[in-house]
Amino acid sequence: MEKNRYTVSVYSENNVGLLNRISGIFLKRHINIESLNVSKSEIENVSKFTVVIFTDHETARKIVGQIEKQIEVIKAYFHLDDETIYQESVLFKIDSSLLFDERNIQNIIKDCNATIVTVSRDFFVLAKTGRKFEVDEMYDKLKPFGIMQFVRSGRIAVTKAEMPISVLLAEFKENK
Amino acid sequence: MNSNTIKENKTPNKKIETMNISGAEAIIHCLLAEGVDLIYGYPGGAIMPVYDELYKFQDRLTHILTRHEQGATHAAQGYARVSGKVGIAMATSGPGATNLVTGLADAQIDSTPMVCITGQVGSHLLGSDAFQETDIVGISTPVTKWNYQITKASEIPEILAKAFYIAKSGRPGPVLIDITKDAQFDTFDFSYEKCTGVRSYKPVPKPNTNAIAEAAKLINEAKKPMIVFGQGVILGEAEAELKQFVEKAGIPAAWTILGVAAMDSEHPLNVGMVGMHGNYAPNVLTNECDLLIAIGMRFDDRVTGNLETYAKQAKVIHFEIDPAEINKNVTSDVAVLGNSKETLQLILPLIDKKNHDEWHNEFKKRYDIEYNEVIKNDIKPTKEGLTMGEVIEEINIASKNSAVIVTDVGQHQMIACRYAKFNQTKSNITSGGLGTMGFALPAAIGAKQGAMDREVVAIIGDGGYQMTIQELGVIFQHNIPVKIVVLNNDHLGMVRQWQELFFEKRYASTVMVNPDFVKIAEGYHIESKRISERSELKNTIKEMMASKNPYFLEVKVEKEDNVFPMIPTGASVSDIRLK
Repeated sequence: MEKNRYTVSVYSENNVGLLNRISGIFLKRHINIESLNVSKSEIENVSKFTVVIFTDHETARKIVGQIEKQIEVIKAYFHLDDETIYQESVLFKIDSSLLFDERNIQNIIKDCNATIVTVSRDFFVLAKTGRKFEVDEMYDKLKPFGIMQFVRSGRIAVTKAEMPISVLLAEFKENK
Repeated sequence: MNSNTIKENKTPNKKIETMNISGAEAIIHCLLAEGVDLIYGYPGGAIMPVYDELYKFQDRLTHILTRHEQGATHAAQGYARVSGKVGIAMATSGPGATNLVTGLADAQIDSTPMVCITGQVGSHLLGSDAFQETDIVGISTPVTKWNYQITKASEIPEILAKAFYIAKSGRPGPVLIDITKDAQFDTFDFSYEKCTGVRSYKPVPKPNTNAIAEAAKLINEAKKPMIVFGQGVILGEAEAELKQFVEKAGIPAAWTILGVAAMDSEHPLNVGMVGMHGNYAPNVLTNECDLLIAIGMRFDDRVTGNLETYAKQAKVIHFEIDPAEINKNVTSDVAVLGNSKETLQLILPLIDKKNHDEWHNEFKKRYDIEYNEVIKNDIKPTKEGLTMGEVIEEINIASKNSAVIVTDVGQHQMIACRYAKFNQTKSNITSGGLGTMGFALPAAIGAKQGAMDREVVAIIGDGGYQMTIQELGVIFQHNIPVKIVVLNNDHLGMVRQWQELFFEKRYASTVMVNPDFVKIAEGYHIESKRISERSELKNTIKEMMASKNPYFLEVKVEKEDNVFPMIPTGASVSDIRLK
């Protein structure tokens, strides 16, 4: 079956150990997690996991079903890249001398729409938010000058379609 | 009773309150409020405060000291499977907790409601590699429906209420609650309310009337329909609904090994077992039916054989409580989500009364083939050595099909499930999904204690018996009148069979040199006997069944018999071999 990149979005309670429980479901099927982000969501006291995996549609569907049946998971979804708006953030730590000595660096910052987070005597920090290929492009441009540290966040994504979690929670309240 | 501030809990849903008690005592009150009267377990350092309370409450809560924590889990499972109630196992931290893992995994895959309570080192020691510290929450996560670590006494009532609710609601399963020692010692103002819902958890999906109408249409149009039912019928207490449905629609009904006792073995529409060592007719006809109606079963690979060739010609209707099972292994044309009792009740009025006589003949024809090729030789053998099948047949006769049969794993299990007959539900207790050797002896203890008025017979192989043989100590100490039948072929029979058939008879580590099992049973003061002749079989089984005490019977059976029919791994259900 054809493999694709899927963004799995999981709405859940914010409880200790749930990350272990969810990651175990990928582990059980020997699926590598390409990127993971956990944060609060649009609903108070509800967490959101954003997990990127590379697999076929059927496997993604079954994994999402098995995630969703975990007690503390409210609802899980999976989407293809073109069904979501997604970004990731990166930080580059670079030697300060380069900012002044290498004109190109300033051009790269402008071209890539990166921002300077801080400048100190020894180093400066660049931040960039964008899609993976944009970030990769900036990385490739900066690489020849030397990067002291680099870090990339997990993908964060919102979907074009609705994910009606509030409705589910309201239903529970009514039934109770 | 040690706390006179506690009011008698006669109305189970009533809120119970009391002032300033320890976490350990609170645990006892939670268990009592949930109707628990029996716990299987093993004490140790980190759970001692709870055992101290158990000592004080022994008039209301019986604790059975199993000889190994694994035994506690299987006993709790056996208890849960016959009674439909939640089984309880308790253990200390570290090795006590890790010894629960096999039972948890077994209960998880076979959907058995169980609550395990483990002690944990004090919360100030967590993560420090303290004595008998192990991350049991981490370890047990993949094999529990839910688990939680309590570090404050005040969390106990809410978490235990949730544990019971989750273990038994929807598709049942095991829950593990780990409680630090300081949370057991600390005192707090206790109040208890049963859990009635968890907002992120929908145990039973609402039946969809469109799906039910669509399913009814397919059923009414089908010319060659076939039912395969599983344990979901028993867990949903839908046995009567299943019977009405089968009889009205006139559809042949086959079962998975966990579903067997949901329908009387002698019912004319009961066409036997599906799967690897199931009956010939339902396996072959799975690939000839035009409609396959799966009820409360999950298309395990041992049931389906090769999925690429499984029931491809048929439309499939799947009655199921767990949405994650829909289209997991077999794609269904109509999924009927919900509790099987409810969904079967809803579909019943929409079903036309039918007979399907010609179609039944197809089953009958193939049963006759199987009878002549396999069954006759198994249950009425003419060769010299005793067969496992004839032992089961004698038990059927002596018990009039009414016994609870507990089996271990391997050849004897397949033979017992093929030939044991049942006239009551919740009667076949076996390790289905996990295939846990060592399950039967402790599970039989739990089964007997969960159904004291019923005869409980454990059928065990010589291999699995020795994995949990120490639980004879429990049977002796508490005089639990289970009947233990070891079918001894001096081999790990099923593995030996595979070696014979698929590994060119290279019998690697499957020959067992066994001890004198009768002497071992005698060491535990259990009445015991060994037989090896057919002439002794009938009377010995009668004698065993008539005994009011625990009874151990070793039957020396043919050493190199194979279980047939058989679907070799990777083969299609219709390629089932009769020899």
